[in-house]
Amino acid sequence: MSETKKFMYINRKAPYGTIYAWESLEVVLIGAAFEQDVSVAFVDDGIYQLCKDQDTTGLGIKNFSATYRALGDYDVNKLYIEKESLDARGLTLDDLMPLKYEDENDDWAEKDSIHVVSSQELAELFEQSDVLFNF
Amino acid sequence: MSILHTVNKSPFDRNSLDACVRLAAKGGSVLLIEDGIYGAMKGTSKSDMVTNAMKDLTFYVLGPDLQARGVDEGKLIEGIKVVDYSGFVNLTVENDKAQAWL
Repeated sequence: MSETKKFMYINRKAPYGTIYAWESLEVVLIGAAFEQDVSVAFVDDGIYQLCKDQDTTGLGIKNFSATYRALGDYDVNKLYIEKESLDARGLTLDDLMPLKYEDENDDWAEKDSIHVVSSQELAELFEQSDVLFNF
Repeated sequence: MSILHTVNKSPFDRNSLDACVRLAAKGGSVLLIEDGIYGAMKGTSKSDMVTNAMKDLTFYVLGPDLQARGVDEGKLIEGIKVVDYSGFVNLTVENDKAQAWL
C-alpha cells in the first residue's frame, strides 16, 4: 500500500542567520526519500538561500548551498521562486545558482529546476498541494 | 559621544534596521552583520531608506557575512564600507558604546 501526496515546502528565511534553511533542506530530502511528490517554494528572504558563490570560510560554518544542486538527483525538480520577492531585493535569475535535473522521461535531457512564478501562480500551486510545510 | 549600532536581521524580515535608522543620533555608525547585510544591497526596496540615512550615519558591513551569503561587494550601495573582524573590533573601540538592534 502506498499513497503519494503532493508536498509543498515553503522557504521564507535567509540562510545562516537562522537554522530554518538548513532544517528545511533536511526535511525536503526526507520527503523525497519516501518518494513523495515534492515541490519547494522560495519566497521573501528564502530566495537568498539560492544565491550563487556562497563562501562561509570566514564564518567557520558549513556551506550547505551545494546541497541544493543535489536536489535534482532526488527527483526534487520543482523549485518555485516568487518574482515579487526577487524584484523587492534587486535580484534576477542570474544571481541564483543554475539548478538543473536530468529528465528520465526525455532521454535524460538536462532541464531547469527553477521556475519563476508570480504571487498569484504560487497561491494556485499551494491550493493544489496536499500538505504544506513552512520554514 | 558616539554609538556603534549593529543590526543582525534582514530588513525584509524584521523592522530592526528601520528602528535603528529612526533612533540613531547623527554622527553614529551602523554596522550590518549576519542577515543584516542584505540591508547594504543596492536596488532593493530598502536601498533608498539606507541611502537617505547615510547623510547622518556612517554605514559599515561585515565582509565574511557578505561572502557567506554570496553577496558581491559590487552589489553594495556606494559609500558603505566593508570591514573584517578586526575592523569590527576597531569600531567598538572607536565608539563610546554599542547598541545591538535585534
